[in-house]
Amino acid sequence: MSRVTKFAARDPGPAARVVGFIAHLRENGLRLGVAEADIAISALAEVEAVHPDDSRRALRAVCTGCKEEAERFDALFDSYWMDAGRVRQKVILKPTTTMSKDVHSSRDAAGQDVGASGAATAPDDGNGEAESDGTGKLIATQQRNLSRRDLRDLVRPDEIAQAEEVARRIGAALRDKRSRRRKAARRGDRLHFRKTIRHSLATGGEPLHLLRKYRPDRTRKIAAVCDVSGSMSAYAQVFLAFLAGLMRADMSADAYLFHTRLVRITEALRDKGAMRAIGRMSLMADGFGGGSKIGPSLLRFADTYAKRFVDGRSVVLILSDGYDTAPPEVIAAALQKLRKRGCKVIWLNPLKGWQDYAPVAAGMAAALPYLDAFKAANTLQDLAALEQEVATL
Amino acid sequence: MSWNDLKSRLAAESYVASDDLAVALQLALNLGRPLLLEGAAGVGKTEIARALSVAQGTRLIRLQCYEGLDAAQAIYEWNYQRQLLTIRAAAEDGETGKTVEDRIFSRDFLLERPLLAAITQDTPPVLLIDEIDRADEEFEAYLLEILSDFQISIPELGTIRAVSRPIVILTSNGTRDLSDALRRRCLYTYVEYPDRATELAILQARCPEVEARLADQIVGFVQRLRKEELEKVPGIAEMLDFAAALMGLGIADLTQDPAVLQSTLTTLLKTQSDQAHITPEVAGRIAGKAA
Repeated sequence: MSRVTKFAARDPGPAARVVGFIAHLRENGLRLGVAEADIAISALAEVEAVHPDDSRRALRAVCTGCKEEAERFDALFDSYWMDAGRVRQKVILKPTTTMSKDVHSSRDAAGQDVGASGAATAPDDGNGEAESDGTGKLIATQQRNLSRRDLRDLVRPDEIAQAEEVARRIGAALRDKRSRRRKAARRGDRLHFRKTIRHSLATGGEPLHLLRKYRPDRTRKIAAVCDVSGSMSAYAQVFLAFLAGLMRADMSADAYLFHTRLVRITEALRDKGAMRAIGRMSLMADGFGGGSKIGPSLLRFADTYAKRFVDGRSVVLILSDGYDTAPPEVIAAALQKLRKRGCKVIWLNPLKGWQDYAPVAAGMAAALPYLDAFKAANTLQDLAALEQEVATL
Repeated sequence: MSWNDLKSRLAAESYVASDDLAVALQLALNLGRPLLLEGAAGVGKTEIARALSVAQGTRLIRLQCYEGLDAAQAIYEWNYQRQLLTIRAAAEDGETGKTVEDRIFSRDFLLERPLLAAITQDTPPVLLIDEIDRADEEFEAYLLEILSDFQISIPELGTIRAVSRPIVILTSNGTRDLSDALRRRCLYTYVEYPDRATELAILQARCPEVEARLADQIVGFVQRLRKEELEKVPGIAEMLDFAAALMGLGIADLTQDPAVLQSTLTTLLKTQSDQAHITPEVAGRIAGKAA
């Protein structure tokens, strides 16, 4: 029996099915326009469309635009054309294995899940007595939080708008002075030949007015890496709004979340609807508010995404409290690797805003030598105040 | 022509293409769309353009992108020095302004850069726009205009339309995200490191003199090496250099002499920390497994 989807008898024909497939892809988040349906049909005419593999390859070339989409494409293709929804697939049970600790998995190494317990600690507003019960100490937890939290409860749309403004100003403050493309300007360091010659025609070929060009300032690329582990949950509201605002304000920015794993949320946050973007992000941030593995997450960032997206023009913003369950050397090694790419590293630590804070957490202490700036950030106002400081970097 | 034909024609130019890549290339040829290739450095993205141009019997025009690449270097530039001299000479001969202007803004004074050259060829050339992610966004936007209309406007001369549509191949190492607009206009293929059988075929196509047993060992060694934690993963070109180095030293078996193996590793490992990481013991172990 063929695995290919059987379409209803009143189905209008292959073209309609292809259009249906494009709509199916669109519903699954691939950005495709009307033109793509047209190309998809002509592409199918070029290959032997009766062979599913050829069609798959042709449609993949047409409909995908980046590696992530290409990886998802097979499943989407199967579900539409190969009737994956209805055909019973043979399920072979794999023997359950205990996962090693260094596997980046959504499953816990020890196989048990302990939800974050107790109330989150946060600095109070300074009015009245501090709410404290005993001599508690902030520690990092290794456990993953299974309860999935909807981040939409945390972030409000007006905050995103506010954060967008803050992010835009910070982005503008981070200027880089090394552009290579020159622009015409009154005072520049080089002659603008094209304009000079053009103007010389007016004076009989005598270049009387020497026009010049200069190197304009360029913005830096920002890659924000945000810690959403349990110890950070009190600040998540601010930071997530900041991330969402940053992605909307700056089209070249990049965002990542980590707790015990690292996820890239750039694509999700670029969604047109601000709240839908947060919703998509919360689906990806499975395990939000759980344990923290800062070192391994940063190392993974340095080894994978940073190789593609971080260069000498980038600023890496790390939003974390520095409470790590992994050995501090890992953080040091990760930051060292990052610095090698020529970027600036700014660490924003919410705890630094506390009175008498000293970076005693081993992770934080190990990180300090590799940072270009180590700043406090608790609220959007704090982030806005950073504008002045980052401008001097 | 089906994609299988294309694949065998590329194989004749000693380029072993995967099925995915062959289908995408064939679509790019037949639909006249640019093809965007992404993948790690050293998987043969640039090489495909060369092989394709030889297989199609056309010219290869290459535009290497870099930060700060602008229209003057990518499209055209007036030959200013020559224009200046002509203006001065004309002034002495008493030519009128209008004739001078017509003369110095003619095709003779135009320096063709790759993009203009590509659209003014009689037979469609292969236009390779290499490492597009290194150019900045402004250039990407300009490129979009050319890739959709295949015409270039020069204010002084007018619009130059494509005589023939070039076959456009763009490559990207992913140092930054490309704009959606550019991705939409292109067909897309992600080029992976080849699997063992494909890489063996590549080695045999490029260095037919390598013995089958050694070739198998070399490919096995490099494939295993890619799984190690390295800063710079060796690509196909490195693998071919490695094979050439072993051939030059007259080695028939990888496990035979660890010292020689270690000295040839300089062709595969390109950073100091990678070389420190792959000690003779590690290299010996990998070679032993690959044998």
